[in-house]
Amino acid sequence: MPFIEAVWLALAQIRVQKLKSFFTLLGVCIGVMFLIAVISIVQGMSNYMENDFAAKMLGVNTFTLRRFPWFGDGAGSEEEWRTWLRRPRIYHTDLALVASVLPPGSRIAVESQEFLQGQSQWARPKQVEAHAIDGDYFTIKKYDVRVGRAFTSQESTLGAPVVVVGDEVARYIFPDLDPLGRQLRIKGMPYTVIGVLEKQGSVFGISLDRVAIAPYNSPLHHFTNPRGDVDGIMVQAPTPLAMGEAMESVREVMRGRRKLHPGDPDNFFMETSASALAFMAKLKTIMTMAGTAFPAIGLIVGGMVIMNIMLVAVAERTREIGIRKSLGARRRDIMRQFLVEAATLSTLGAIIGILLGIAIAKIIEWRTPLPAAIAPWSIVVATLLGTVVGIVSGVYPARRAASLDPIEALRKE
Amino acid sequence: MQTTDEIPLSTTAERQAVTTEDAAPEKDWVIVTRGLKRDYDIGGEVVHALRGVDIAIRRNEYVAIMGPSGSGKSTLMNLIGCLDTPSAGEYWLSGALVSDKDEDELARVRNREIGFVFQTFNLLPRATALHNVELPLVYAGVGSDERKRRAIEALERVQLGDRTHHRPNELSGGQRQRVAIARALVNQPSILLADEPTGNLDSTTSEEIMRVFEGLAEQGQTVIMVTHESDIAAHARRVIVLRDGMVASDDKRASFIKSAGIAPPDLTRKG
Repeated sequence: MPFIEAVWLALAQIRVQKLKSFFTLLGVCIGVMFLIAVISIVQGMSNYMENDFAAKMLGVNTFTLRRFPWFGDGAGSEEEWRTWLRRPRIYHTDLALVASVLPPGSRIAVESQEFLQGQSQWARPKQVEAHAIDGDYFTIKKYDVRVGRAFTSQESTLGAPVVVVGDEVARYIFPDLDPLGRQLRIKGMPYTVIGVLEKQGSVFGISLDRVAIAPYNSPLHHFTNPRGDVDGIMVQAPTPLAMGEAMESVREVMRGRRKLHPGDPDNFFMETSASALAFMAKLKTIMTMAGTAFPAIGLIVGGMVIMNIMLVAVAERTREIGIRKSLGARRRDIMRQFLVEAATLSTLGAIIGILLGIAIAKIIEWRTPLPAAIAPWSIVVATLLGTVVGIVSGVYPARRAASLDPIEALRKE
Repeated sequence: MQTTDEIPLSTTAERQAVTTEDAAPEKDWVIVTRGLKRDYDIGGEVVHALRGVDIAIRRNEYVAIMGPSGSGKSTLMNLIGCLDTPSAGEYWLSGALVSDKDEDELARVRNREIGFVFQTFNLLPRATALHNVELPLVYAGVGSDERKRRAIEALERVQLGDRTHHRPNELSGGQRQRVAIARALVNQPSILLADEPTGNLDSTTSEEIMRVFEGLAEQGQTVIMVTHESDIAAHARRVIVLRDGMVASDDKRASFIKSAGIAPPDLTRKG
């Protein structure tokens, strides 16, 4: 019997027994559904990390000298954390030293942030992400000032109490007002708003527009960096090649400053978008594995259901098998008929599962900040997986059907 | 109980000797059996269902195989129909030795050489008449257009050309059996093998079915019918009677009756 005939036969059989078929393929359907949903969300997060997050938070050709990784590699065992916390801090005074060894064309900035309460007379207090910065921060972060301006170098050097605020802060603190020239109080200190940033959007539902950026030398650094240390020194090299060079130079000069012996490990960390993405890749692997383990169990259960139902079908259709054999069906014809039926059932379940999985991913994307990206390969894999589950669980029942004795089978009522 | 001494009979050398000697698989002979035996092992006890059956049936013959229950006629039918293989002996079908073929080869023989008609019709309940008739052609690997054409042709041969898309439960018993006959004929088999074809039918319908067989036999179809009803057997031109796994009688009385112009018993009157 040709393959196509077997498929039509299987579909006819499924059509005749709609409810039974539905329950049969439910297991595979649910397994595939979760598989697709999980993969879509993991993939979506990963795309997001690569495209938006890395660029927005870390920048291109950029590294940040930190005490320990933030988006960190290794995800910190307790032991690691303890060593990290014993490391010396990065201080604002390191800035000049680092700047002195950078290749020409590089940009450098310091960054320190703290959630502090911002307020004005027009709105209730609100937590803002206060940044005390120095250097080419706006350029490295690709912040465009929508209205007003960034700091001048005098304001930076003198530490003038001026602030550039994010879109959300501007809207909230100064509702329906022009924020320029107005006062934003942070920890009771007034800062004059001189600029508003272009809207940045959000990463994982965390708004990037809640910032208030003031010069490092302004009073703000007493709150963001009470010990005179900074969160990090950001360096942007003009080219990827220069970035490697810059990292080497910075490592050397930092090791020199900290008087590390040649055998000692670095007691600082240079975070790049690559190191953050490597961490993300690791996270993605873990999430994919955890996220597919449960659907895999669903698929196994689904396969067992199919096997069970196919065994029942073989018992129920013994006479049909006898008839077919008497008319000249060979073992392999019967075998194929039942295998194709199991595979068709399960593939159908997988297809329904894929549609539901996509729907779930879309709903999650719509209702939560988690992004979703349906990976085309996951659809192919899910379909194949469905077929394979069907074939594997169909082998035993099909073999049983094929080996039935035609005389016995015909006698069966 | 079969002894080992008898087994050499079925070695190739012996068989060839027999073949040349008797020239059994001559074209004219559709079925030739030699010393056909079939033993069943039921719970450690060996039952001799057939104890050496020798029959020879020519092309175009219309034969009834009779016998009381337990005589081995079902076993013989299964062997003739290639659903089973003999414990000993030879079975030649259309000049080919089928008694030692393997399962797949037997399936092929069933498909090409034998058309079954069963007592209980054995149609696929969910398939239309057309699809039921197409089934042997599906396993013969015939393409779908050709299949449809031939199936309709076969259904027209049994006057069911207008019932092609009915399912078995929408057909009467007689119509069902005629669908089964069409299915049996569709692949132009060497023999039409009917097992109690009227066993589930009332007498009027039985007569209708017997007329179909009659017509086919007249057209030159070899028909072998297994039955325990003598009035059904009387339609045949030759009656082989089995008793205790052996041929008790084999005569062409029926054909004499026919040639003498004596009508077969009136089934309708028997009620």
